[in-house]
Amino acid sequence: MSARVQLEGLHKTFGVDGHAAPALSDVSLEVHAGELLCLLGPSGCGKSTLLNIVAGFLPPTRGRVLVDGAPVTGPGPERGVVFQEYVLFPWLTVAQNVEFGPRLQGAPAERCRAIAARYLHMVGLSEHAAKFPVQLSGGMKQRVAIARALANSPSIVLMDEPFGALDAQTREVLQEELSRIQRVEHKTIIFVTHSIREAVYLADRVVVLNRAPGRIKEIFTIKLPEARDRFAPEFTRYESEITRLVKEEVARVHE
Amino acid sequence: MSTVTDLVQWGLRGASLPRRRALALRLGVVLAFLALWSLASGLVVLLGLFNPIFLAGPWLVLGKVWELALSGELWGHLGATLERVAVGFTTGALLALALGLPAGQWRAVRNLLEPIVEILRPIPPLAMLPLFIVWAGIGETSKVAFITYATFFPMFLSTVHAVQQVDPLLLRAAASLGARRPQLFFRVVLPAALPEILTGIRLGVALSFFVIVISEFIGAEQGLGYLINDGRNFFLVPQMLGAAIVLGLLGYAGNALVVRLGRHWLRWERP
Ligand SMILES: Nc1ncnc2c1ncn2[C@@H]1O[C@H](COP(=O)(O)OP(=O)(O)OP(=O)(O)O)[C@@H](O)[C@H]1O
Ligand SMILES: [Mg+2]
Repeated sequence: MSARVQLEGLHKTFGVDGHAAPALSDVSLEVHAGELLCLLGPSGCGKSTLLNIVAGFLPPTRGRVLVDGAPVTGPGPERGVVFQEYVLFPWLTVAQNVEFGPRLQGAPAERCRAIAARYLHMVGLSEHAAKFPVQLSGGMKQRVAIARALANSPSIVLMDEPFGALDAQTREVLQEELSRIQRVEHKTIIFVTHSIREAVYLADRVVVLNRAPGRIKEIFTIKLPEARDRFAPEFTRYESEITRLVKEEVARVHE
Repeated sequence: MSTVTDLVQWGLRGASLPRRRALALRLGVVLAFLALWSLASGLVVLLGLFNPIFLAGPWLVLGKVWELALSGELWGHLGATLERVAVGFTTGALLALALGLPAGQWRAVRNLLEPIVEILRPIPPLAMLPLFIVWAGIGETSKVAFITYATFFPMFLSTVHAVQQVDPLLLRAAASLGARRPQLFFRVVLPAALPEILTGIRLGVALSFFVIVISEFIGAEQGLGYLINDGRNFFLVPQMLGAAIVLGLLGYAGNALVVRLGRHWLRWERP
């Protein structure tokens, strides 16, 4: 139930006030089926842009994205998205938001309810099922967005800083939850984060992007056991190695 | 004026009052207004400022309304006005939605409709009333059609705008959950646009009571507008004011109905 994603020579240039503003430059990458790939890079380097292209929201200026060999031409339910801005449907309750995908596919109401209950339980929001998004905190919204994406059982999940608004504890719980799901379901996940610890904890590979216009600076393969120990010496070694590289890039942004 | 503390806590809407206090407040204001009005008409009589038949006191006016209601005369007029407003406004709203929803989504439709709307809209609707009478005669058709015409514009424009300002991120979210074109429309565009569409509908309701009176001034045998005009011909000030008050109450009720529906449908904005 997982798919391979290939990025072939992606370029993206935005037109801003008649000027060309390059956001991505020649990104080529293969995300293996069942792999969790983390994207790291300084703010504004094009991480969200890259996800938007894979999601099919934006056409690349050059290059293409293939999912299991078929070119992406638009969004589709096999590629679930967790947005940096959450983007819940404000007129639906939390549970209805989570059910949105299954309902579209015409699943019977009872099954939809069961799916919603299961994923809300997973993100620890069972008690808030009947609330509307305006009644939630930022971190709660983010968790609903994660539940909504997963409840639609996509084979690929594109996550844009999905844990960005959470406190450290909740964040670790959800990281563990995601890595547990991943061990069972083997989805193909592209996960954008600013947290190097998070990347090392979750990822099979970590891709570090250059400052804008983003291109791939380095790819780390994290050779750690599936259940990771944040305090193991190898863990810390990866962490400091990647930190050094990212610092370099961030420093260059401010030159 | 609210304090900064209130502003930052509640926004410009202010804290909601307890129901009973809100009701008491409104009633108090209405009573105060009636008192002021009595005072003014009393002064006119006392000081002999002008002929008191021009400013009848509230009790005279309310008495006249009561009398018209008892004799049954009022209900005929009220029914006639209500029916015209209901038919004319509903047609206007349906037309506005039928054209506005596609126009908001498709540039081609917008390009087709907008120039026409932009040319007609600045013309005060009242300027078109004589034309409606010439085209459709002096009967019901011209009155109803005129309401439809006048209310169409604000409702059309707000519908177009409501659809256009739907956050594209919502469409992205729905599309990546598997929504196709019709589902995007019914499950995202429509609910996301609803708040602003309802604002347009409230404008339409208010406007339909505004214009019906004038078309009832001209060649009607029934209706609250007719009652006012008839009162003018015979200096029946209480009848004029009474009909006006009934119209005001109708408009108030119409607005309250839309607000109530809106509260139900838009529960998610302030649950
Ligand atoms: N719609 C757009 N129009 C013009 N420029 C854009 C648009 N979207 C993004 N950009 C530009 O592209 C660059 C990359 O933006 P992007 O949102 O992908 O960054 P990011 O890596 O996700 O940053 P962050 O970590 O802060 O979320 C930025 O310079 C941004 O200004
Ligand atoms: Mg981003």
